[in-house]
Amino acid sequence: MIKVQHLVKTFGDFTAVRDISFDVAQGEIFAFLGPNGAGKTTTIKMLTTLLQPTSGSIELDGLDPRTSQKEARKRFGIVFQDPSLDNEQTAYENMILHGVLYHVPRQLRETRTEHLLKLFELWDRRDSYVKSFSGGMKRRLEIARGLLHTPRILFLDEPTLGLDPQSRNLLWNHVKHLNETERTTVFLTTHYMDEAERVAHRIAIIDHGAIVAQGTPAELKRQTATDSLEGAFLAFTGSTLRDEAANSADALRQVAKMWRR
Amino acid sequence: MGAIYILWLRELKRYVRSRVQIVVSLGQPCLYLLALGFGLGPVFRQAGHGSYLQFMAPGVIGMTVLFSSVFSGIAMLWDRQFGFLKETLVAPVPRIQIMLGRTLGGATVAIIQGSLILLICVIAGFRPHSWVAIPAAFLFVIMIAVVFAALGTAIGSVIKDMQGFQLVMNFLVMPIFFLSGALFPLANLPAFMALITRLDPLTYGVDGLRGVLINAWHFNAAFDFSILAMIAAVFVTTGAYLFSKIEV
Repeated sequence: MIKVQHLVKTFGDFTAVRDISFDVAQGEIFAFLGPNGAGKTTTIKMLTTLLQPTSGSIELDGLDPRTSQKEARKRFGIVFQDPSLDNEQTAYENMILHGVLYHVPRQLRETRTEHLLKLFELWDRRDSYVKSFSGGMKRRLEIARGLLHTPRILFLDEPTLGLDPQSRNLLWNHVKHLNETERTTVFLTTHYMDEAERVAHRIAIIDHGAIVAQGTPAELKRQTATDSLEGAFLAFTGSTLRDEAANSADALRQVAKMWRR
Repeated sequence: MGAIYILWLRELKRYVRSRVQIVVSLGQPCLYLLALGFGLGPVFRQAGHGSYLQFMAPGVIGMTVLFSSVFSGIAMLWDRQFGFLKETLVAPVPRIQIMLGRTLGGATVAIIQGSLILLICVIAGFRPHSWVAIPAAFLFVIMIAVVFAALGTAIGSVIKDMQGFQLVMNFLVMPIFFLSGALFPLANLPAFMALITRLDPLTYGVDGLRGVLINAWHFNAAFDFSILAMIAAVFVTTGAYLFSKIEV
């Protein structure tokens, strides 16, 4: 469903993603794990047409997102790591706007909006402006919105950041349910190893822009002779702390500054 | 088409909901009317040009539409910062539709602002030479709004922070306003000023407005209109191109 070969992304002289390759089969839940600044979000941005790769190839459901952008965009839904809601509109309006952008027919988008807002316990606040929401509520709305149009591939970039255990549980149950009933392919990143262990069929660990290990959670544990995914993760990536390398926008800005000089 | 409509509607909702901003953005044109229209009025009359309020009201309407439409395009900065821009950029909708929805929304808001200022001008004592001129004036208001909303979108696609915004305000929007003939007659200008004013798109908008409202043309309706239409085509195309190249 997702096929990535020799993908590279550089910002000026900083290489965010260096020559990564992986395959995600249809109906698979694939977790992309890595320390801060490892290149996870940059990879997702390239997969979702927000960034142009420097080199390498990407296939989404057999489509090249570079040449058939619109077709590729129809295939996936995404929950971004950082907020992407319209604060000046209500929760309900945010959902409907998304439905219109993704060509969900009117009747369906209204029933699904109601269903999802109820599921994530936001229905009572549907007419409140998003700017009045707490961080957790915004996050839940963001997830509900990403699920509105039943995509074939679902990208979840640290979806549970700032969520309480109840909401996390709800989210992963729902994602598993979607995966089992609709064969939705899921590509997720998270910092919570227990979550990855619980839902992911396969895992890739990325560090400093390169993939250092790939396999099922059991395989990764066996390879490192550890008894938890957390242990395996630390064995692969070491225990030193990373600076969050500037995000892609910051990196671009730095490049721009260099040129101005 | 749904995408254009929903994004157009969004711009309109944002406008209607921010009542404070409506008042604030009408404050500046009112100040110009008061300080210049009434302040410079006596000097203008002594120079034998009649009522300055009559003369400058179309200019102030043009200014309101200019500011309002450029702002709405640059408001994309906020959408970039708060992340909403991404949501629209990954949607399976051609970017040209996203761009058109935003731009037309911004233009519509600018047209409403321009109409409100026209109303205020009339209350302050401005009298169009004939009331049937009002619909013709709307034509020019629409043209100004589309030209500068597209310019705003083009700029908003390129700049990424508030410093860039200041730069654009001081070195682009203010000069466009001051060098457009909104505040002074275009006749008998020094050669270099005449040249500069002719390079300014707003000049043709203000001339058109002034022409239809008080029947004082420097150029003529057909000329003003065709120049504006050409500039609109160029700006919309440029805006669409730059918007399609946004990476976040």
